[in-house]
Amino acid sequence: MEQLFAWLSDALADNTVFNFNTLTFYGRGLVNTVQLVFLSLVIGLVLAVPLSIARGSKHKWIKLPIFFYTYVFRGTPLLVQLYMIYYGVVFIDGIQDTWLWYFLKEPFYPALAAFTLNTAAYTTEIFHGAIKATAKGEIEAARAYGMSHRLMMRRIIIPSAFRRALPAYGNEVIFMLHASAIASVVTIMDLTGAARFVYARYYAPFDAFLFVAAIYLCLTFAILYLFRYLEKRLLAHLRPVS
Amino acid sequence: MKKLLSVTLLGAALIAGTVQASDKESIRIGVDVPYEPMEYRLPSGELTGFDIELGNALCAEIGIECEWVVQGWDGIIPGLMARKYDAIMSSMTINPDRREVVLFSDPYFTPPSAWFAPADSEIEAAFKETLEGKNIGVQRGTLQDNYATDRFGDVANISRYATADDMVLDMEAGRLDIVFLDFPVGKSTLLDSEANEYKVVGDMITEPKKYFGDGFGIAFRKRDEELAKKFNEALATLKENGTYDKLFEKYFGQAPKSK
Repeated sequence: MEQLFAWLSDALADNTVFNFNTLTFYGRGLVNTVQLVFLSLVIGLVLAVPLSIARGSKHKWIKLPIFFYTYVFRGTPLLVQLYMIYYGVVFIDGIQDTWLWYFLKEPFYPALAAFTLNTAAYTTEIFHGAIKATAKGEIEAARAYGMSHRLMMRRIIIPSAFRRALPAYGNEVIFMLHASAIASVVTIMDLTGAARFVYARYYAPFDAFLFVAAIYLCLTFAILYLFRYLEKRLLAHLRPVS
Repeated sequence: MKKLLSVTLLGAALIAGTVQASDKESIRIGVDVPYEPMEYRLPSGELTGFDIELGNALCAEIGIECEWVVQGWDGIIPGLMARKYDAIMSSMTINPDRREVVLFSDPYFTPPSAWFAPADSEIEAAFKETLEGKNIGVQRGTLQDNYATDRFGDVANISRYATADDMVLDMEAGRLDIVFLDFPVGKSTLLDSEANEYKVVGDMITEPKKYFGDGFGIAFRKRDEELAKKFNEALATLKENGTYDKLFEKYFGQAPKSK
């Protein structure tokens, strides 16, 4: 480890932009971005599964509010949502005295809330679309077996629908990673925030942003790889026989 | 022969011109308005501001007449070279590029930065011990950002904002304990607009030069060393006899940091 540090400081000796100090900024930025994106995706996924099922409900009072939610969050820019949750809520009188303020005081939680609600809305629609597209034959076969609606949902529709939604969901994960670049407007030191800091400090936009773009590319590559692996395993039955 | 004659004549005219300039009882000073509170016009059209009043005080001290010439910023140094005026006093930061072209007086002003906190804050001065664990707000990429990051980045949490407005909003919301701002900006956004809700913490900060620069200087043509010397002497006198401090207080609401 010490050797590594020594090697690193040697390699950076005559580099004005990428010194130990700025690299720690990038390192912290990487941690913040991954944390923010990962948590919002996990929570968003957990929210989206029941919502997507309820979204296809026959009852108007279940279906419509969820449609309204996804419509609003897909119909407005994430930046606007983030601004409203971070700067907007403080204008509610007396919010500083409630327990909510503990979470709202830090920039992390408002950003997490905005990202989660946004990705949950998109994921709900992706899953809902996949559920709707379930082949009629599968449903009829399940009915013919005498399955109840609940059992059919659990054994037939959901497993096949979520598998089919996988490629579209992989895209959503990548979009979320890139959308997280706006976190720095609410003072979170994410990857883009670190790049902006280095840019402003050393007047080196090209170096600062090129470096951060390379990190985003690596992250995206990891996501792509993960989803390719999942698709290979879970969608094996759909692959053409070679 | 003819050429030699005309060159000699031109040279003679130039020397005569210089002599005339330094002997003159009045000089003209170029200024670009408005740039509050340094130089601007009163509703009556009269020029005023820190630069203007200090310039007039300097001229009075030297014992010459001063006349102000308003000139747009992009042509302000060419105007000096073209003898439209003999000096520039217009919030001009001393830097090496300009030094190659003009002669600067001693710096007469460095734009001060200051710490602002809510009036009921327990922070009385900005040191490592008092700022430990606090949330400090700065505008991203400003000299205040660099200063605060280098001094307090290891003990405090520094939040960087794209605009001063966002930062002020977050301090009103209670997310920030203290902000570090250009003093005039902080004065107009925090001290003047909110009734006694905010206070200045500690002295105004204009040093070290590494962060805050060389400050503003009066620019002269390179050959007018005599004139620059007179202004430097007058400036030293005004700083000593309190006139400078009085003017500073008038425009910035607070005495400059005692040295």
